[in-house]
Amino acid sequence: MINEIISMDGYGSYVWSAFSFTLISFATLYFVTKLQLLKEQKRFASKFGSLNEEKIRAASLQNINIEILSNTSKI
Amino acid sequence: MTFLLITPSTFLIGIPNIIKTKLSFFNIYNLKMFKLFEPNKIFKITSRAPKYVLFLFIVVLTVGLTEALVLSPKDYKQSQVVRIMYVHVPAAWISLGIFSSLALLSIGSFVFKNKNFSLIAKSLAPSGFIFNIIALVTGSIWGKPTWGTWWAWDARITSMLILVLFYGMYILAWRIYENKEQATKITSMIAILGAINVPIIKFSVDWWNTLHQPASINILADTSIHISMLIPLGIMTAAFALFSLLIFLMKYNTELIKVKNKGLDRL
Repeated sequence: MINEIISMDGYGSYVWSAFSFTLISFATLYFVTKLQLLKEQKRFASKFGSLNEEKIRAASLQNINIEILSNTSKI
Repeated sequence: MTFLLITPSTFLIGIPNIIKTKLSFFNIYNLKMFKLFEPNKIFKITSRAPKYVLFLFIVVLTVGLTEALVLSPKDYKQSQVVRIMYVHVPAAWISLGIFSSLALLSIGSFVFKNKNFSLIAKSLAPSGFIFNIIALVTGSIWGKPTWGTWWAWDARITSMLILVLFYGMYILAWRIYENKEQATKITSMIAILGAINVPIIKFSVDWWNTLHQPASINILADTSIHISMLIPLGIMTAAFALFSLLIFLMKYNTELIKVKNKGLDRL
């Protein structure tokens, strides 16, 4: 049974390479996108941390900024 | 008692006012319609959704791969190599669907002057590009045992290659142009121009003699593919759609945070 699945009647190299290419592409795109997101979140957190009190108060008025910070703290 | 005196000047003043009123009504309608989807409001959802989408994608992909590689029958002509269809066809469908969405969103950003449209389009492009490459590569792998060649300048393959070039130009344009307005205009033009290629890809098998067979799945007419192959194909398409949704959400969040980063600089 396992040999049959691997050999695929002699077409195993074609079938498995097509599926492998697809899954490797998925994994690469996922990790690249995830890294970009983490990098941007960290940049936001460090910028926010360097603001003075008045600017922090102004930035905190926007819910989205607080939401980004809460997501960053979960990393 | 006041009389309404209708003179040519009434028309001259009145008509632009009517147009103005209609336009302002249109703008108010616009604002109300799009306020629900404002990035600031939907970020709460888009930032939390990826983990659920990722879980669902893994479940659906596992079921799809089991169906595609083990449970589905082999083809009486192509034997086991037909299984490549389960990655090749969904990838091609989704890459076409995403490019059509890019074009519609680009038109939308021109008509409604809504920046969120271009942000959504920009976030959709990477997964569409990868799906297009997957369709070309897996098609090439499928071509060798069935047609005896890795590549042929057949109408469908060539038009898919043109689409990948449009995807590449679209993504590059966002990187090259620093000015956001200029980038939006250029990328919108690329998307709208590239959309002309979408119906060419779809109907290329009907318009020209190609190595590709005509469509086996029709929404409006009879489908010639057997249900035992249609089910795995449907599951794999759902898995691929979930993956593109996952990448879109992550990319959209990244773009929103980039905007907010610039906002902090302006404080």
